[in-house]
Amino acid sequence: MLELKNISFQVAGEKGDDRIEIVRNVSLTIPDEKLIVITGPNGGGKSTLARLIMGIEKPTSGQILYNGEDITELSVTERARRGIGFAFQQPVRFKGIEVFDLIRLATGTKLSVKDACQYLSAVGLCARDYINREVSGSLSGGELKRIEIATVLAKKPQLAVFDEPEAGIDLWSFQNLIEVFEGMRANIQGSSILIISHQERILSIADEIVVIRDGQLALHGPKEEILPTLLGTDSAVPDCKMGTVTKGETAE
Amino acid sequence: MKPLDEIQKRLLSEVAGLHAIPEGAYNIRANGTSAGRASTANIEIIPREDGKGLTIKVKPGTKNESIHIPVVMTQSGLKEVVYNDFYIGEGADVFIVAGCGIDNCGPQDSEHDGIHRFYVGKGAKVRYVEKHYGSGDGRGKRILNPGTEVYQEEDSSVEMEMVQIKGVDDTNRVTKAELAKGARLVVRERLMTHGDQKALSTYTVEMNGEGSSSDVVSRSVARDNSYQKFDAVLTGNAPCTGHTECDAIIMDNGRILAVPGLEANDVDAALVHEAAIGKIAGDQIIKLMTLGLTESEAEEQIVNGFLK
Repeated sequence: MLELKNISFQVAGEKGDDRIEIVRNVSLTIPDEKLIVITGPNGGGKSTLARLIMGIEKPTSGQILYNGEDITELSVTERARRGIGFAFQQPVRFKGIEVFDLIRLATGTKLSVKDACQYLSAVGLCARDYINREVSGSLSGGELKRIEIATVLAKKPQLAVFDEPEAGIDLWSFQNLIEVFEGMRANIQGSSILIISHQERILSIADEIVVIRDGQLALHGPKEEILPTLLGTDSAVPDCKMGTVTKGETAE
Repeated sequence: MKPLDEIQKRLLSEVAGLHAIPEGAYNIRANGTSAGRASTANIEIIPREDGKGLTIKVKPGTKNESIHIPVVMTQSGLKEVVYNDFYIGEGADVFIVAGCGIDNCGPQDSEHDGIHRFYVGKGAKVRYVEKHYGSGDGRGKRILNPGTEVYQEEDSSVEMEMVQIKGVDDTNRVTKAELAKGARLVVRERLMTHGDQKALSTYTVEMNGEGSSSDVVSRSVARDNSYQKFDAVLTGNAPCTGHTECDAIIMDNGRILAVPGLEANDVDAALVHEAAIGKIAGDQIIKLMTLGLTESEAEEQIVNGFLK
């Protein structure tokens, strides 16, 4: 179980002497064996919240408890070793490191190629074609995204955090992505899943939905209660709008 | 003993591969003298009269044979200059493994300067691998100054892999090539320097024949207080294509100077250079940390992959 207690996060403003509050006093519990989706307008602080959970950013104030332990000051590595996994919104590229290397590092074992392939197959990639490819610019955005998700599957985290997994992938891949999450949801025993997303299809497989707006927790409750209030807003975008950016919105 | 890190383990396996009992033609030079030599029906290895090197003749049409000429030095204070001349006959296709390992535990410098000249006949193919490795904790430096000259006749192909990952204090590598019509040269250099090491690498490629091509790519890492200079000049004197690239990571107080140079003396010479130097991207380290690696383990994996 993950508990955020009064988490705030500020950054220095452009002038240097002012402070901008990205996350404001958020308290939230991610219970075990639940799939939680955090949604809300762009620029509202969702991705920052995900990065605070992984330890990529440290909160200005507040406390993060994981299975009862205060992890607020722990590094990314220490959090990863305690069972938190993280899929980046924009996957990182590496010259020279192959897909197999990355999956092997994720499992932390001397993995066989055959076992590594199962994680690629799970995200809809023909494993044989990808296992020895470099995780570099030679792969498309959608391919990198699926490999990113495969590394999180391979890590088998107790708490898996996905930061906008649908960003940058095509519709066909999106369908596959939903199936990946449905599969994870079906086997959620002993773990929990946190997804940052605007997608109605992803919201519809959630157990609970959290709405973050202007850095604050605006709504939190069971899907059945929250989702109807979001339909038609940019917190729950249907498939056909995927990938489009409305005027005035900025990518997070 | 400190356990080997990933880079060292891989390196050792590479060097051990080099020193395994070779098949085909070979000459093993240890501390300045030959420790074993064999010619084959198609490949003749002749020692020079002054003892300072070899003449290697490959008969025309020789296919899929290999030549191993490794050098090992374990005696502190030894300095040698060795000249090896390769004559590759028309249409031959051979694999040449050179390389030098120096272990210097003493107070004096050890130095091996290998000058390799390749005369590559019409339509011949050469794949050449040269690996350098230094070890030993003596105060004496481990110095390697390889000189390589390549003369390629029509439609010949030369692929060179030059690797120096660890332990060599000082290197000045000079490579020159001249390409006739339709000849193709590919160079892949991988270099890592650490401590106070210095490595200079200079390439001069002259494409003199129509349809000739060259591709010279260096991937390097400079750590600690080490210094590297990569200087590659491609000259197109005929309709040809040339590409040179330096891709480098700097760490700690490492310094790198990349000087790519192109000279086109023919309107149909198409030449490209690329150079990029920078530290390891922070998001690469964070990604590997989210998989449970520490920051230093992440750096090691990134460098190891980059130089693979």
